[in-house]
Amino acid sequence: MNHSANPRRPAQTRRSPEPIFWALFGAGGMLSALIAPMLVLITGIAVPLGLLLPADAMSYHNMLALAQNPLGKAILLAVVALFFWHAAHRIFHSLHDLGIDAGNGARLIFYGAAFLATLAAAGALLLLGF
Amino acid sequence: MSTNEKTIEIEVLRYRPEQDAAPFPQTYVVPYSDDMSVLQGLQYIKDQLDGTLSFRWSCRQAICGSCGVMIDGIPKLSCKSFLRDYAGKGRVRVEALANFPIERDLVIVMDSFVEKLESIKPYIIPKEPRPLSAGEYLQTPAQLDAYAQYSSCINCLLCYAACPQVGLSPDFVGPAALALLFRYNSDSRDGGAAQRMPVVGAESGAFHCTAVGYCSEVCPKGVDPASAVNQAKGASVREYFMGFLGKGGGK
Repeated sequence: MNHSANPRRPAQTRRSPEPIFWALFGAGGMLSALIAPMLVLITGIAVPLGLLLPADAMSYHNMLALAQNPLGKAILLAVVALFFWHAAHRIFHSLHDLGIDAGNGARLIFYGAAFLATLAAAGALLLLGF
Repeated sequence: MSTNEKTIEIEVLRYRPEQDAAPFPQTYVVPYSDDMSVLQGLQYIKDQLDGTLSFRWSCRQAICGSCGVMIDGIPKLSCKSFLRDYAGKGRVRVEALANFPIERDLVIVMDSFVEKLESIKPYIIPKEPRPLSAGEYLQTPAQLDAYAQYSSCINCLLCYAACPQVGLSPDFVGPAALALLFRYNSDSRDGGAAQRMPVVGAESGAFHCTAVGYCSEVCPKGVDPASAVNQAKGASVREYFMGFLGKGGGK
């Protein structure tokens, strides 16, 4: 193979950092497939319409208790952060599917947004105290 | 030719580099019977109408993988596609496989694929030297099932013509080569996974795949390259993170 014109090493020998992003994408995908429909049902339909669940299921006090419980914090962080990483990866690769040559700039925007969202969620959960 | 013989128009994408500036369609009217394949239609053109038409073929029975073309825009083996199925429209369009340079008419340049195929070491690399006196390898039905469907690949390249990522990133090692890589890595007789995993984890490797799945749809041999590629991603992720624990390599 003649790659001498290319000052960088050929793509065949450069290790892709993709396993990190693909693992976050996969974790987010699994989580969203398993719980996102139920989250939509609970937060978007059941509680506002007063169906199935107690009227105060999502009251401020109940939600604050969830967010102040260490296990609750971990679950909230996982849901928010992994959904973001999943979406960032999917949108980035969908751009490629659509023929838009999304390079490192787009990587920075999408994965950067997921990273900032993760930081923001973690920060907010810490500020709420225990 | 009797007057009531059925005919179909076959539109072929022609390209003869020494005289054509660009590929162009040429239509032939071909008499056909219900048992005639698209390949036989092309052979009729070459034998009876226009001897300059070039196309690859060999076995006529979906074993050799030579006669892959785009038929009405879908990658297919021309020997396994029948003119009768296009008779409703009265015409069928035959073009060289997408995502490859055209050498001449329906013949593509497949050097890039051969390089990719070589890069995945498509042969059993024994775990340790094994004398003939040790006899044959024994495998359980479960061990056979782990790789059997992937060994049906005939390198016809329909999956490369189907894959949007191959079209966008010519470096991408692609569905068939990754399916064969997975086939050997999954074989209980093989010990070469550590040599092949760098191909999966490279920038040109499995992570180009965005799980479109069209490769598996067009495969004429029932191979599921999309599944192999995505299982290879999982293996690569495990290998990547195990590497941080000093347990790199292997499956």
